[in-house]
Amino acid sequence: MSKILEASRAGALAAPARRPFRLAAFMERESVFSWLMLTPPLLFLLAFLGYPFIYGVYLSFFHKEVARAASFVGFDNFVRLYNDPIFWQAVRNTIIFTGVATVLKASGGLGMALVMNQSFKMKSFARAMLLLPFIVPTVLSTVAWQWILDPGMGLFNRLLMVSGLAERGPSWLGTPTMAMISIIMVNTWRGLPFFGISILAGLQTIPVDLHESATIDGAGTWGRFRYVTLPSLLPVILIVTTFSIVITFFDFQLVYVLTGGGPANSTHLMATYAYSLSMGAGQMGLGSAVALSMVPVLGLLLVALTFFVRKD
Amino acid sequence: MVGELTWRKRLFGLWLPLAGFLVVALFPFTWMAATSLKTNAELYDPKAMPLTIKHPSLVHYIDLLRETNFLVWVANTMLVAAIATGISLLLGAMLAYPLARMRFRGGALLAIAVAVTYLIPQTLLFVPMADLIGRMKLGNTLTAVMLTYPTLLVPFIAWLLMGYFKTVPKELEEQAMIDGASRWRAMTRIILPLCMPGFLSAGIFAFTLSQNEFLYALLFLSKSSVRTVPIGVVGELIRGDAFYWGQLMAGALLGSIPVALIYSFFVKYYVAGLTAGAVKG
Repeated sequence: MSKILEASRAGALAAPARRPFRLAAFMERESVFSWLMLTPPLLFLLAFLGYPFIYGVYLSFFHKEVARAASFVGFDNFVRLYNDPIFWQAVRNTIIFTGVATVLKASGGLGMALVMNQSFKMKSFARAMLLLPFIVPTVLSTVAWQWILDPGMGLFNRLLMVSGLAERGPSWLGTPTMAMISIIMVNTWRGLPFFGISILAGLQTIPVDLHESATIDGAGTWGRFRYVTLPSLLPVILIVTTFSIVITFFDFQLVYVLTGGGPANSTHLMATYAYSLSMGAGQMGLGSAVALSMVPVLGLLLVALTFFVRKD
Repeated sequence: MVGELTWRKRLFGLWLPLAGFLVVALFPFTWMAATSLKTNAELYDPKAMPLTIKHPSLVHYIDLLRETNFLVWVANTMLVAAIATGISLLLGAMLAYPLARMRFRGGALLAIAVAVTYLIPQTLLFVPMADLIGRMKLGNTLTAVMLTYPTLLVPFIAWLLMGYFKTVPKELEEQAMIDGASRWRAMTRIILPLCMPGFLSAGIFAFTLSQNEFLYALLFLSKSSVRTVPIGVVGELIRGDAFYWGQLMAGALLGSIPVALIYSFFVKYYVAGLTAGAVKG
């Protein structure tokens, strides 16, 4: 107490001496100090995030080819997409890819978290190992997957042949259906640990006495899981799921490296289609229109998620 | 009886599923390592067992280092990741500190705006960004990616740091200011040092994300001497239709090792950063 008094007295004594330096006192005001700190990062974000975003919206209303002047075409780009079967294929693929991969990652991640939420030796080592697929640069692990899925000499088909299960393995990336299954599988492999480790962190915050009182009330293992674990985890699962839907929805590198959108444009996601239109075909306006169309589609997916959760 | 029951429960409830998860997570890396250490003769022999190595050889690694710019790519990747992380931490902290600790008009609105920018993905921005970088004459320079990576990192870092900044009691700062410290001094000498774990989490996260980044590097860096590892491996080791799997896997493995090493040293902070949003939110 006396220390505080002393300190405040010291401050009071110091104040008159500081008064001539008006600028210093001005800078001490919370709002002034805040805006001085905020200005540089905000300018940076405006220049490199705000401006490109607005410019992208602007471009989608123009016919613009690389290194050519843009000409205004109104909604023409969107009309062209509306009549473009590959665009609709890409929309369908993006929704299927995001939906199926998210369900697989969430359920697999929940399983991983429940297994990991027991005490055993080398637990933190196991956790570090399980997170590796999520850590390693996506492109590099995807190249490895391309080799695993190679129809002739890849690991999967070699194992099928060596074990005698099949004469010749499937062409993992060669047919539209198999290629979709493959990209969903690789995305699940990479993203599952993110769910697992996040849900595990959520599990560890559930108080033990909740489980104890449920046991006293006669709940079995399933009852405890259904009425204690799952409800307490719901907020964590929801946040991680939303986060993962956004990331998966905008995924680019996986498909770009694994299939390049092929065979015959059958595995294009909206992101890779936007890239192939704008960078491959040089149609910047059309590419921007595809990218912009992703916003309402993602919105619909997120609305569907909340609706699904509410209903439950 | 009871002992046997627990033993069975441990086997089916823990060890078997854990082994399953570990095998699925790790077999691609084993396959990468096995491929990179085999000679081509053994690699493409249909009768050889795929996951065992009879004649280990470093020939693919030697070829990789001799025939390609791999070491240059590693150096570029590290440099870009370090500078992009530095810029992002600085800007992110400048954004997060007032939003987390100061009261001023527009603060709440701004915090929401930052959360929204966090959700703006690269995919929406890359077309105009490519045009912008082209007009700024920054194509094929590392500056292009050093400037654009922070746009992906700053909102996330700010959001993560805000959580840490909020945990420091306001009294600490007030006490320091009563003792005559300026706001700036209170921040740099008292609050920021207390938030070092937050900076570590954010830094590790930003560093690994910059090392993994693909789309902007693909757009802006087409000259071999300025490429980063992901873009170099995909762009130059896959030559036309002929895949050099041994070299590709050697490159993929060597490219993953720095990330995996950094990560293993700081795994605690990484997990803290990963789960911060999910658990606190």
